[in-house]
Amino acid sequence: MTDPNKKTPVSSEARPDGSEPLLKVDGLVKHFPITKGVLKRKVGAVQAVDGLTFDVRPGETLGVVGESGCGKSTMGRLVTRLLEPTGGKVEFQGRDITHMSAGKLRPMRRDIQMIFQDPYGSLNPRHTVGGIVGTPFRLQGVKPEGGVKAEVQRLLELVGLNPEHYNRYPHEFSGGQRQRIGIARALALKPKLVVADEPVSALDVSIQAQVVNLLDDLQDELGLTYMIIAHDLSVIRHVSDRIAVMYLGKIVELADRTSLYEAPMHPYTTALMSAVPVPDPRRRGAKSDRILLKGDVPSPISPPSGCRFHTRCWKATQICKTTEPPLLQLKTGHQVACHHPENGEDQAPGDAPLVADVITVKSVGAGAPEPAAAAQAEKPVASEEPEESAESASVPDGKGAVAPSADAEDEPKK
Amino acid sequence: MSDAIKKDSPAADTVPAQRTGDDKEFLSVRNLSVHFDTDDGLVKSVDGVSFDLKAGQTLGIVGESGSGKSVTSLGIMGLHTSERARIGGEIWLDGEELIGAGPERVRALRGQKMAMIFQDPLSALHPYYSIGAQIVEAHRVHNKVDKKAAKKRAIEMLDRVGIPEPHRRYEDYPHQFSGGMRQRAMIAMALVNNPQLLIADEPTTALDVTVQAQILDLIRDLQKEFGSAVVMITHDLGVVAEIADNLLVMYAGRCIERGSAEKVFYEPQHPYTWGLLGSMPRIDREQTDRLIPVKGSPPSLINVPSGCAFHPRCPYADVPPDNITRTERPELQQVSDGHYSACHMSREQRDRIWTEEIAPKL
Repeated sequence: MTDPNKKTPVSSEARPDGSEPLLKVDGLVKHFPITKGVLKRKVGAVQAVDGLTFDVRPGETLGVVGESGCGKSTMGRLVTRLLEPTGGKVEFQGRDITHMSAGKLRPMRRDIQMIFQDPYGSLNPRHTVGGIVGTPFRLQGVKPEGGVKAEVQRLLELVGLNPEHYNRYPHEFSGGQRQRIGIARALALKPKLVVADEPVSALDVSIQAQVVNLLDDLQDELGLTYMIIAHDLSVIRHVSDRIAVMYLGKIVELADRTSLYEAPMHPYTTALMSAVPVPDPRRRGAKSDRILLKGDVPSPISPPSGCRFHTRCWKATQICKTTEPPLLQLKTGHQVACHHPENGEDQAPGDAPLVADVITVKSVGAGAPEPAAAAQAEKPVASEEPEESAESASVPDGKGAVAPSADAEDEPKK
Repeated sequence: MSDAIKKDSPAADTVPAQRTGDDKEFLSVRNLSVHFDTDDGLVKSVDGVSFDLKAGQTLGIVGESGSGKSVTSLGIMGLHTSERARIGGEIWLDGEELIGAGPERVRALRGQKMAMIFQDPLSALHPYYSIGAQIVEAHRVHNKVDKKAAKKRAIEMLDRVGIPEPHRRYEDYPHQFSGGMRQRAMIAMALVNNPQLLIADEPTTALDVTVQAQILDLIRDLQKEFGSAVVMITHDLGVVAEIADNLLVMYAGRCIERGSAEKVFYEPQHPYTWGLLGSMPRIDREQTDRLIPVKGSPPSLINVPSGCAFHPRCPYADVPPDNITRTERPELQQVSDGHYSACHMSREQRDRIWTEEIAPKL
């Protein structure tokens, strides 16, 4: 396994208040074995999560973004111990829960709760709302003041549902209301950490905003700590204090919200953010350069060597292919795993660029390219156009040296 | 039947009638209604929707789940079975009326003159046939060409939509493609006969943002190349802002606002449109503390609220006098050139609320 935490000066000194992190994750790894034949011989592994190091501080919201298959949900399930990690360490309030047995884990469960993505699949259709929200009390043997029913009704009211709906069944509620039931259940035992896996992605836009605001209010009221996993960068920006960007089982960037959105350092983050459609028709005509990544995310069964993003990265050089960049703190509150970060000092200046120029950047909208040019741009990488190679030849290693300036960013876009 | 429905919905009268093919409208939908008889009652999925679309232009249809946007598109494609659905109104495609036309005629047009991209490519592609075979079929149904020529055409299309090694991938089955590639293959299939009308029903909803950007770009390029009219159905205002020239906002089976993208985004006239804009966290703006959601949830289409269907959720339902929002259904009225809105509030009231209360908070 890789050991990305060696050079990462994470943990206590990075925190201004010096308080203990609520959740501490160190080199977390989860590989799902792929087996073959009757003997279930192991032939490979899906490297879903491969060496994550981060912590969650009390009272904050850590957002986790990434594309499908990057391991963000697996990570959520590992820290809640719905899955057992293959390697690494998960500490909750200073206690190692990495390989804790189910029995020992049970008392801890009330402090870590989860909100699930699908409000249809996560509620038992044969139980009433009262039963669903009251179950945590029964399982944990907790007897709330005034009885379970009164407490459940208080929770329903807290999440904006009518307490008189105690005896109704999930099918009688809309998607947004069901999500609220899931939230009420997660909050029943006054957890310290709530892990929400895509809490709003299944909801309509107008309902999404209701649930986002509700999560916000509850955090203020109850002093909750959230880990919110989502693929929607706008939602993540809205809810999070700090954000981790994942790619193929690794954290590529971990930073404060403003720092990340104003000056992303990892090329993948830059590409991801430029791909978000902006609800503003006037922006179409503007010269907003969009970075179009080529192709798809590689398979986590055999991830690329070195930096896992190098196959799609326009800044990739030889070192990216061979050496995995560690997650380093390059600015206050801003960690990134990249040899050639944007908006920051180059970590491996002067390295020869990889030959294949893997991306096309073009301005979108009014001045959109000619269809013919577009057709070429859409073609696979293999057929490298002459002008493109000429261009990469003209900037052999100077590219790396001037990386911090804005020009460097523009170079491959022409 | 269509007559009966027409009487119910006089909305069509407020829309300038352009129904023949001799002006520039390529697609003209007039007072379209699609009702379904169910055990629980009549579901008015689409209830009097009208719009026009010129060749080479893109119309974005926006709405939440159950607002009738997909049902509208299936109606245009003639994909509702007549036993189940009651369809009324008129659909003019390049001067030809489709609802009155026989199923054979619509079938001849479908896939040839008009084509559709579906949301979920895995269920829209047949798992048992190779990608290539499915594209070839779409081509040969409408064109008298031999297998060899059709195969050549299919490979050409796969190449055009950016599938690497199209000769090899031609033989592959849908499960061997990734999500983005499947969507590309479906676009290839839709475009194999150079349709003049392309309907894309949530084409990127199931995809990641980086892939979404690729697909939107592809649709835009192809549209430019072939000059097709595109109907883009989505719930994501970001996507329509990227691609649509005109917008149609649907709520509870009716159009509540339509106009150019510029007008709808910058001078929205309907409280529901305000709600949609306020509900979205935006990556391009300063961070706001709170989103401004629409309260409540979308209504059931069996019991559509009386009067303005949006009134139970509308914070301004009491602004117009005499309880009119609860008793009378507002019709689409022209606000400015080509911009229509269905709201009882006066223009002045709406302008004031938008500029003073809503816009500063977005």
